[in-house]
Amino acid sequence: MRDSFVATLSSLAEEDERIILITGDLGFRVLDDFAKRFPRQFINAGVAEQNMTGLATGLALEGRVVFTYSIANFSTLRCLEQIRNDVCYHDVNVNVVSVGGGFSYGSLGISHHATEDLSIMRALPNLTVIAPSCRWEAKEATRALVKTPGAGYLRLDRSSEDSSLVGNHPFEIGKARQVSDGSDLTIISSGGILGEVLHAASQLANDGIHPRVLSMHTLSPLDIPSIISAARETGGIVTVEENTVVGGLGGAVAEELLESGIAPGFYYRIGLRAGFSSVVGSQNYLRRQYNLDRNAIANTVRELCGVQYLVH
Amino acid sequence: MTNSGGSSHIGSIFSVADILSVLYGRVLHVDPTEPKANSRDRFILSKGHAGAGVYAALGECGFFKLEILKSHDQDGSLLSGHVSHKGIPGVEVSTGSLGHGLSIGAGMAFAGLTDGSSHRVFVVLSDGECDEGSTWEAILFASHHRLSNLVAIVDYNKIQSLASTQDTLDLEPFANKWSSFGWAVREIDGHNHAEILGVCRELPFSQNKPNCIIAHTVKGKGVSFMENSVLWHYRTARGAEFDAAMTELMGGLNEG
Repeated sequence: MRDSFVATLSSLAEEDERIILITGDLGFRVLDDFAKRFPRQFINAGVAEQNMTGLATGLALEGRVVFTYSIANFSTLRCLEQIRNDVCYHDVNVNVVSVGGGFSYGSLGISHHATEDLSIMRALPNLTVIAPSCRWEAKEATRALVKTPGAGYLRLDRSSEDSSLVGNHPFEIGKARQVSDGSDLTIISSGGILGEVLHAASQLANDGIHPRVLSMHTLSPLDIPSIISAARETGGIVTVEENTVVGGLGGAVAEELLESGIAPGFYYRIGLRAGFSSVVGSQNYLRRQYNLDRNAIANTVRELCGVQYLVH
Repeated sequence: MTNSGGSSHIGSIFSVADILSVLYGRVLHVDPTEPKANSRDRFILSKGHAGAGVYAALGECGFFKLEILKSHDQDGSLLSGHVSHKGIPGVEVSTGSLGHGLSIGAGMAFAGLTDGSSHRVFVVLSDGECDEGSTWEAILFASHHRLSNLVAIVDYNKIQSLASTQDTLDLEPFANKWSSFGWAVREIDGHNHAEILGVCRELPFSQNKPNCIIAHTVKGKGVSFMENSVLWHYRTARGAEFDAAMTELMGGLNEG
């Protein structure tokens, strides 16, 4: 996903000299080519994320299209107030990029676990929040953010699946992509965890449970019509995110459903319920550890569907 | 203005008032008929709590009608206690949380240098906000990139929110800190209009360094009982206090 972002930004930067990439001293080897090809469009701001973000605002006020880049929580939480007051309030085309969403850097410890960013960033006004599910969505999101005036947050993780092969909806900010159809329930997913969801969906199909699967790549603005249709047309709703269950995708969907007055048959948020993970390990290991992997998703859905069938 | 809204920060506003007056009156290339002209000098008040001073200066320059100033801090007003750009012509950047302005100014200056533009970027900081790490991040960045079109003016009144800067986090040796970070530094009396104008006419101080003007000022300048007092960071003058302050200020104007 990260490489897809950098490659896309490089091809855009070639044609559009307004584009500037600022890194907070991260991206060893990954950004070398960009820096070499576009020296006037690349800044290493050093280990100084607050300045990086203020700087980005100043550049954007002068007409630049700016991407700030760092890993995990450094480009977001470390400089949250600069994002809120400077970037969002001034409504500038600054796009904050975090590589290492969720447990991408699982072995490095809690400082490098980005597990609340979606909830926190979603609360900021004037900020488009995107968590692509695959390399193709990362590419499309990068293109869309350049074109869209105003601020953006692009949360990338280490997943390398390519879900562009499934589903036929084009990428549009604020519109969920339906990547598989079914009527028994809808699984709404944000970010690269969609790969696990798709594996879970094929396991479930073998059991005769057919989920609709939505890639809700944009958390803000949220695609409310897709959520309401899912609640109306399918048996229940499960949300999946590699993020805390507090206030992220699951919270957002629940808020909209409750206010719409349309109750799904069942509702469950799959996400991080444990708070901090003091255990470390690979992204896949930690997904298994916290019941976010394909088997856990499939088992949760089986249980929910079983309960529903008993009720009816 | 600040009195009717009760927001005060009057001491902080009086300490920077002479600087704002000379900048807007004599130094900044800004045009109220074309507030977004590309060639304009950019001005950022990083110590946003003195926003009333900028609003007043912009009003005097003709960016908007002076009557609007009466709405400062009132219900429904756009003139917030901390300076905001929304709907206010001439305000470049909104601030209020300290330690943001110099980074934004550095970004503007970087863009200006890259574009080969001749305009300058002025940022006025408080001394208290030099406690913020982000201010020093920006200071490092500006000298590394030789932003000679960037001018930081520190309103060094030596009193911050609860006590003196010396008793809070001592900034001294202050000028040395800036110069050792690679800035060209001048120190002036921030209430002496000739000195403020003179130092601004020397800009840029160097061809390849950002510029720092440390303006020695007095918090609450112009009203004897407000001068050098922490109290007037917060307090709003009422009744007899207000009358006495106005008498002193008008007297000062007549003498000046």
